[in-house]
Amino acid sequence: MSNATIGQPASRKAAKSAKRKVSTFSKRKVDPAYYWMAVPAAIIFAFFLYLPFLDGVKYSFTNSQGYGDYKFIGFKNYLALFQDNRVGHAYLFTLLIAIAITVLINVIALFLSVLLNSKIAFKNGFRAIFFVPYTLSVLVIGYVFKYIFMNPLPELGKALGIEWLSTSLLTSEQLSWIPIVFLAVWQGVAYSVLIYLAGLQTIDDEIYEAAALDGVNPWQKFWKITFPLIGPFFTINLVLSMKNALGTFDQVVALTDGGPNSATETVTYLIWKGGLTGGEYAYQTANAVLFFIVLAIIAFIQLRISRSQEQI
Amino acid sequence: MTTATLASPSKSGASAKAAPVKYRKDRNINWWLTAAVAVLSLTILVPLYFTIVTALKTPAEAGTFALPTSWQWGNFADASAKVNYPKAALNSAIITVVAVVLTLLTNTFVAYAVARNMDKRFFRFLYYFFIAAMFVPFPVVMLPIAKQMGSLHLDNQLGLIILYTVLGLGTNLFIATGFIRSIPVSLEEAARIDGASTWRIFWTIIFPLMSPINATIAILTALWAWNDFLLPLIVLTDQSNQTIPLAQYVFSSQFATNYPMAFSSYLMAMAPILVVYIFAQKWVVGGVMRGAVK
Repeated sequence: MSNATIGQPASRKAAKSAKRKVSTFSKRKVDPAYYWMAVPAAIIFAFFLYLPFLDGVKYSFTNSQGYGDYKFIGFKNYLALFQDNRVGHAYLFTLLIAIAITVLINVIALFLSVLLNSKIAFKNGFRAIFFVPYTLSVLVIGYVFKYIFMNPLPELGKALGIEWLSTSLLTSEQLSWIPIVFLAVWQGVAYSVLIYLAGLQTIDDEIYEAAALDGVNPWQKFWKITFPLIGPFFTINLVLSMKNALGTFDQVVALTDGGPNSATETVTYLIWKGGLTGGEYAYQTANAVLFFIVLAIIAFIQLRISRSQEQI
Repeated sequence: MTTATLASPSKSGASAKAAPVKYRKDRNINWWLTAAVAVLSLTILVPLYFTIVTALKTPAEAGTFALPTSWQWGNFADASAKVNYPKAALNSAIITVVAVVLTLLTNTFVAYAVARNMDKRFFRFLYYFFIAAMFVPFPVVMLPIAKQMGSLHLDNQLGLIILYTVLGLGTNLFIATGFIRSIPVSLEEAARIDGASTWRIFWTIIFPLMSPINATIAILTALWAWNDFLLPLIVLTDQSNQTIPLAQYVFSSQFATNYPMAFSSYLMAMAPILVVYIFAQKWVVGGVMRGAVK
């Protein structure tokens, strides 16, 4: 039974490729109306997304400040990027918090969704409550948490005699990543929980009944039945939460503004700060292109890993 | 499915007598787990409670989780005047509503055209052309987009509406094509024999059938446009065009010492979407979950 459900996407893929083998692409005539539906949209889409992207690549080879005259300077921006400690730190920081955020979101969301899918009362009410963070502006709720991290929390730390908590985490160079990761997880879990719940609801109860007859314990039930069956949802969540976490920005603006001493600058924050307010337009577009390459490599690795998992 | 789970707690008691033992055992509610979930939900509820009580305190009282001794309703009026809340709320509302309507009216037929012609090389190419954008993270293009919007004089609400409608296309197409392909083509063929054009078929047959997925697209677009901070931050140049999150950012430094006033401003920023969510939560949650299953 479980095999049949897992096999579905694979068999669909097989059917699709089989169809393609018969005739690569069909030769039937397409109603011109379909072209009128899709082509103008494609042109507008290219104009507002791909054109700026190419424009950015062009500017990354110049010394432009975003306005006025500029000239081409070759790879100088890129060479400078590799010698810039602030940039290097931003990449390392972004990568580390992205991993922390992704792992925490998925562990917590998996746990919560299994809880929310079990035999509890007020199921829908709880589900609605856990989705609330996703409906809120990260920036605004971030300001609320900033205050909590600045005042009530250090006082709590003092009262309990916990030394690292008795000064604000936001002002510590070593610990200021914690509030940022916390805020991203607090908000990000909401969406992942819903995706996992959608996955859990695709599992037929009969599988669990059969397992119960075989005397399976809850631990085995989760790892041997539930988890493999929601595998595709796990992959979606991993990719989505990683993508969001790599673009962490609102959290930094709300909580630390990149400080203390540039310790919490993410790549996105640096691109915005330097590019729009710091007169480093061309330099930061080069940074953006580099960021794109790094993200593409990460996406490629993720794809390879999830592919190899599916084959097992 | 959702109604079944909702009904189970109230029904289980009544139907227990008639139902076989095994069924009753299945529907048993685990109150220990319920209590655990309730405790966990405090991680969401306590920060919200803290926001509400702090918004109603005097500056001297702020910082604790206790209820205010005297309720300072005037904080809202002061904060509203300072942030120019009505103007920002109106801007956010206009941008969100128009972006959602425009997204629904345009992205759907693009998805329809692509989904129905995936067997043609050109449309398959378009599919990947749109989907590929999902993998171009926004930070990568934000500087050139900000520049381009400025030079086109679209550094205003209209520009934001266009960007929400255009940049969401990749994701919306991804969500909608699977759904459209599950609609039988035979429905359209009957209308086509009667002489209906492709456009007419789309608006009279397909678009209404797409309503569940349209709801998903509308919810995701609305949440994005209403709460987004980065796009307004880089696109808008005129202060009078500010959206709610941007207004909070611009004025955040001005509340330096008066935390209750800042919190009433935050609460006002969250309130509209929270109120809508309380009334539409089942619909919103269902819509988002539908987006995940294809």
